Amino acid sequence: MRRAPLSLRLRLVLQLLGIAAVLAIMLYFTVRTVAEQAAEATQDGVLGAATLAIAESLQGGDSGVGVDLPYEAFSILGSISADRVFYRIDADGATLTGYDDLPLPEEAGVAVVPVFYTRPFRDTEVRIAAVARMLLVAREPVPVLVMVAQTRQGQEAIAQRVAQRAAAIGLGSFALAAALSLLTAGSVLRPINRLADAVGRRGPQDLRSVDRPTPAELRPLVTALNGFIARLRGALNRTETFIAEAAHHIRTPLATVRARAEIALRQSKSEEMRATLRAVIRAVEESSRSAGQLLDHATVVARTDRLADEKVDLAKLVAAQADAFRPTAELRDLTIHHSGTDRPVIVQGDRALIEAALRNLIDNAIKYSPPETSVDLDLTTGAEALIEVADRGRGLSGQAQSKLTQRFIRGENAGDIIGSGLGLTIVAEVAVAHGGHFDLTEREGGGACARLYLPLA
Amino acid sequence: MRTALLAIGVIIGLTRFAAGFTVEEETVFPSAGVEQQRIAILSTTDTAVLKPLIEAYQSRNPDIAVHYTVASSQEVFAAIQSERLAFDLVISSAMDLQMKLANDGFAAPYRSAATEALPRWARWQDRLFAFAQENVVLIASNEGLEGLGLPQTRRDLIEMLRDNPNRFRGRIGTYDPSLSGAGYLFATQDARQSDSFWRLAEVMGSLAPRLYISSNDMITDLKQGTLVLAYNVLGSYAGPRLAGDGDTSVVELEDHTLTLLRTGLVPTTAETPELGGAFLDFLLGAEGRRLLRDAAGLPPIDETALSSGPHLRPMRLDPGLLVFLDAIKRRAFLDEWSAALQQN
Repeated sequence: MRRAPLSLRLRLVLQLLGIAAVLAIMLYFTVRTVAEQAAEATQDGVLGAATLAIAESLQGGDSGVGVDLPYEAFSILGSISADRVFYRIDADGATLTGYDDLPLPEEAGVAVVPVFYTRPFRDTEVRIAAVARMLLVAREPVPVLVMVAQTRQGQEAIAQRVAQRAAAIGLGSFALAAALSLLTAGSVLRPINRLADAVGRRGPQDLRSVDRPTPAELRPLVTALNGFIARLRGALNRTETFIAEAAHHIRTPLATVRARAEIALRQSKSEEMRATLRAVIRAVEESSRSAGQLLDHATVVARTDRLADEKVDLAKLVAAQADAFRPTAELRDLTIHHSGTDRPVIVQGDRALIEAALRNLIDNAIKYSPPETSVDLDLTTGAEALIEVADRGRGLSGQAQSKLTQRFIRGENAGDIIGSGLGLTIVAEVAVAHGGHFDLTEREGGGACARLYLPLA
Repeated sequence: MRTALLAIGVIIGLTRFAAGFTVEEETVFPSAGVEQQRIAILSTTDTAVLKPLIEAYQSRNPDIAVHYTVASSQEVFAAIQSERLAFDLVISSAMDLQMKLANDGFAAPYRSAATEALPRWARWQDRLFAFAQENVVLIASNEGLEGLGLPQTRRDLIEMLRDNPNRFRGRIGTYDPSLSGAGYLFATQDARQSDSFWRLAEVMGSLAPRLYISSNDMITDLKQGTLVLAYNVLGSYAGPRLAGDGDTSVVELEDHTLTLLRTGLVPTTAETPELGGAFLDFLLGAEGRRLLRDAAGLPPIDETALSSGPHLRPMRLDPGLLVFLDAIKRRAFLDEWSAALQQN
């Protein structure tokens, strides 16, 4: 099973969040490092200054090294934070005063500039600044080493605060970036969504090419889509042309066969031959009708995707069809009546399809009507236009209309009557394609009544 | 009954404690109920001063016995620093020695709501906590100063001494900094505050001053008429003893008046440090502050008293206090002091 690929939005958001997280973490460590270095530099500066102040207060002389610890040098060490302070002053290798266990600097190169080092001392760890000086004691130069040490609790407290702030900054910038990435994903994907929406909103017959402005990245897709639409349009056109051609090519030879058969019937003397020819004529007639219905159905299917949109006068159409079927009806001793056709009833739609539907309804009515009855066409208007075709045939014998309008399904009581089962299907499809509907009911006093409803223009 | 029990527990006199540690007084306050725990307190403050607080603490905690040991500030320092004796709380007025104990790692960190509520200047890290602020004052005999008026600044004092050498000769008292830790602390802090200290020392030196090792002795001598002036006396002792005495005056000099912080710390050697901390919390709490002021005569930590007295200079609890403890620095200071005092 293939997993559905991640949505573009999710992919974009995840990637942006990943970048934001990396940047936030980098920010956190940068802020921390810089702040800790700054704090250490500051504390070292103060510690170094205190050490220098003590070193400068040392005095040489005949009686030995004079030490006058400056009060402020110590006091100032406690000004940044309350840290513990230790000191040691060595002259010529011997401790003069202070904490004689305070660790000495490792390298010998201690100079007038303080050197800093961190060492464990007693129960804690201290940062030590050491300054070396030469003093003249009894006219001999004596090296003096001054060390001042300080615990770094204050700096650790600062570092902790800075770490918290840095974490807050990192989280804050991550949250901001997350919000922005959601916005960004939305704005980047908006043209795609708009395009999908525009294409999706189109009706089934809308085969215009897409011409809304799109970003450069989407242009290949739109171009491909437009090419696809053009090919579809071409295919539909070809189908329609093919149907028209096929109708022509099948009906014309059948008409020729029928004409020839009728001539042969008239000329034939043999009763046996005449019976055969009548059967041929009847078969050709049914074939012609079936072919017509098949082509009607194909036309309906092809055209419902691209309905012609024109004003159609149902009154004229009903009257014309009644006239067209009259000879056929008379052959079977039937009469055709039409009513409600004295004033125009206009609907919006595809004339060819409505005509095909009407033709199939009348054809059905004639087919199932016993001789000496009439087929009644009635055109009325209410909320919709209604064409009613009523006969005195064998009715529906209780079968569901929905079944009868399925393709290639014929009524169980169709019996000896030839048919393809397509007629009512065509009518129902035409009704739906025009936004109307179709029903078929038992007629009072026997027979069936078909009603085709079409919305008025 | 209670007093009788106490009397049994009190050992008065100089007792040798363990190895070489000299105790002035050791008092056992037995628990009211069954003794569950005991607090060992080492202090420079007299038992009588803190007794009301200890009893109030025990009435709240009837199962706790209190062992209260009094020693001089040097002995207190040595008991913790070199002898590592087990006490749960160390109380001392010697800020410099307390600071050195805390700085050198002999104080355990302690943190509670009461210690957090202390102003920044009244604590150092979470190791050293002040519970009383005591001004260092000048006391004077009104009779002895008759016709001169009370000096309000050191400049006034210097001029007065200079102008009336006969009246003051042999009748001025102050601490001997070479013998008294408190006297040394006051003198060094005075010297830090202004140069007038040295001029004062010189003027006093010319008047054959009497040197003391305790405030109480100076107050006694002033009351007896031996002294006309005593310089650098602890106001917390002078105030109660001279209250209502119309013959004496207590002066907070306006150029600067030092404020000593009486501090407590929980040593790392404590066997029950949580009890030491609890007693410290009691000292810093509302009841402890009230009893300190009303019963012990020690002013509790009060920021408003400082802000309303701009002449007050609380000694800073910071490593600067270590400077004058340096042996070389101490020798140099005392040399200079002696030179100033013995100019003639």
